Amino acid sequence: MKPHQRIAQAIIAGREQHGIALVAYVTAGYPTLDAFPEILKEACAHADVVEVGIPFSNPIADGGTLQESAREALKRGATMTKIMRTLRDLDGTLAAPLLLMGYLNPLLAYGLDRLADDAIAAGVHGVIVPDLPLEALGMARPLTDASLATIGMVSPVTSDERLARIAEHATGFVYAVTSVGVTGQKRSDQAQIIGYLTKVKAAATIPVCAGFGIRSKQHADALRGACDGVIVGSALMEAVGQGRDVGSVLAALR
Amino acid sequence: MTADTLLRQLIDGELPDDDGFFGRFGGRFVPETLVPALERFEEGARGALDDSAFKTELKQHQETWVGRPTPLMYAPRLSRAWNAQVWLKREDLAHTGAHKINNALGQALIAKRIGAKRVVAETGAGQHGVATAAACARLGLPCIVYMGAIDVERQAPNVVRMWRMGAEVRPVTTGDATLRAAVDEAIRHWVGDPEGTHYILGSAVGPHPFPWIVREFQKVIGVESHRQMLEQAKKLPDIAVACVGGGSNAIGFFHGFLGDADVELHGAEAGGVGANVGQHAATMSGGTPGVLHGSRSMLLQDGDGQVSDTQSISAGLDYPAIGPEHALLAHVGRATYHAVRDDDAIAALDELCRLEGILPAVEPAHALALAKRLCRNRDNPTVLVNVCGRGDKDMPILTKLAEQQGGAS
Repeated sequence: MKPHQRIAQAIIAGREQHGIALVAYVTAGYPTLDAFPEILKEACAHADVVEVGIPFSNPIADGGTLQESAREALKRGATMTKIMRTLRDLDGTLAAPLLLMGYLNPLLAYGLDRLADDAIAAGVHGVIVPDLPLEALGMARPLTDASLATIGMVSPVTSDERLARIAEHATGFVYAVTSVGVTGQKRSDQAQIIGYLTKVKAAATIPVCAGFGIRSKQHADALRGACDGVIVGSALMEAVGQGRDVGSVLAALR
Repeated sequence: MTADTLLRQLIDGELPDDDGFFGRFGGRFVPETLVPALERFEEGARGALDDSAFKTELKQHQETWVGRPTPLMYAPRLSRAWNAQVWLKREDLAHTGAHKINNALGQALIAKRIGAKRVVAETGAGQHGVATAAACARLGLPCIVYMGAIDVERQAPNVVRMWRMGAEVRPVTTGDATLRAAVDEAIRHWVGDPEGTHYILGSAVGPHPFPWIVREFQKVIGVESHRQMLEQAKKLPDIAVACVGGGSNAIGFFHGFLGDADVELHGAEAGGVGANVGQHAATMSGGTPGVLHGSRSMLLQDGDGQVSDTQSISAGLDYPAIGPEHALLAHVGRATYHAVRDDDAIAALDELCRLEGILPAVEPAHALALAKRLCRNRDNPTVLVNVCGRGDKDMPILTKLAEQQGGAS
């Protein structure tokens, strides 16, 4: 099975088992480089797919919580090289497939060819690059050539025509941003979200996961049937910041 | 593509290309949420620039409100001191005290045209914030300005000017609390309301179409300068110098002379207090290609792609990236960029004050210092400097310096 198919399959399996799949986002190197592997293991034990956030100095799509977690991780010396080494060391011990979520510049600095090789070697299955829009997808060629999932992001303001093209090019799943805005903010009107997700589902042949502003089991339950999975990031990183146990936070979301 | 071909395309108005690239620089690297807003803005801008009614309205505002054309002035005492023929383009005499008004006015007119309900802007030195606040006041648009907390302090007079014109100034305490953080926050605000808000980006940076549209509105500086040099000096300059942070005044100024191969184009970058990382904001001298704020250009960053901290006495140049068109101009060898240190800029500021009775902003003081350096070892060159802003806003910095120097004599 190709890496991107493994992501899609994990989402479908999660949906079948729990009604809706759970994707957890953890910032690599947060709260510390040493604590991160355990948090990642816990996240993998309780979620169907885990996004590993590569910290960046200027994360323009992120709200306060994720921004702060990235800043803290950088301060503690998190780098791509260290993160990839950690993932390689953990490979085979993690219960869920991994995605890297990173802004373009640190990925370019690392080198996309090198990233593709190292991601495969470390058991990573795909990438999410929020500032790489459809028109620039050609740059991600080394990643798609390696069959890594390149998650396509759509938002409520995306036109139908763009939605169709993004859904066509995405692999793994389509990431439907539920609110216009940065991560961690309040969500839009429920009926609107359902209508929007239904439209995304109709356009996509791969699973659709909803993210941004999902903070509780009620939020996740409300989206059952309208999409295949939910992505939880800010709420989880907030819990990590407060020293709460990742496993129980995620278990409470099921 | 060869450097010659790229330069020819640039001169012929063929760049940026349809995807917003100037060669390998530029582009549109933004979250999906912003793409429709950028497309709508681009479409609105193209429609406006092709519309004679829009052009007439813009010209009217420029003449009656901005005070265009701004004068071109011969500087006799500076010329003697430098052994050169020194000409100054007086953008400091434009309304609100800097070239920033050219772009703020143009974009505010487009914002209104495309039905934006409010405007958000970022500002470093405060000049773009003041210009945007003024343009919004004139056109009746609500305006929010993000400004780094450090800049709020060092450019306090401009904060008061923005308030007085009805803008809301939001200090940014995240990140480095300067221009870069202010851009981050303005973009975040925009991501949250891309349909109701227009973001008036203040420099020739950011995702397409900003580098293009900002250049189009700043080109008036170069076009006027070219005409005025021929009328007044009866010749074009040998050397044309402007300061570059993001590079909006410089790109507009340079564009007037791009096709005149004999006119050397030079950009003065913020050399800060030293050449080490974190001590300066000299992007072209110390940077490498990278992506920040939606555009691929030269960027001050570490080996891991994390954006470096910057330092400069001038809040307006204190930015770790540069407009993509400048990166191309350097790449094809049409313009040259040099680091100018804080103390050299202040010395040049003093020289212009004492010899010509003009207090420039610390930003163009960098260009003056570079012009003086370039005049050495040349035989009476004709040099043109874009004095892109006036120094009234820098009084807190200059007062502090005067106190350190034991008071002005």
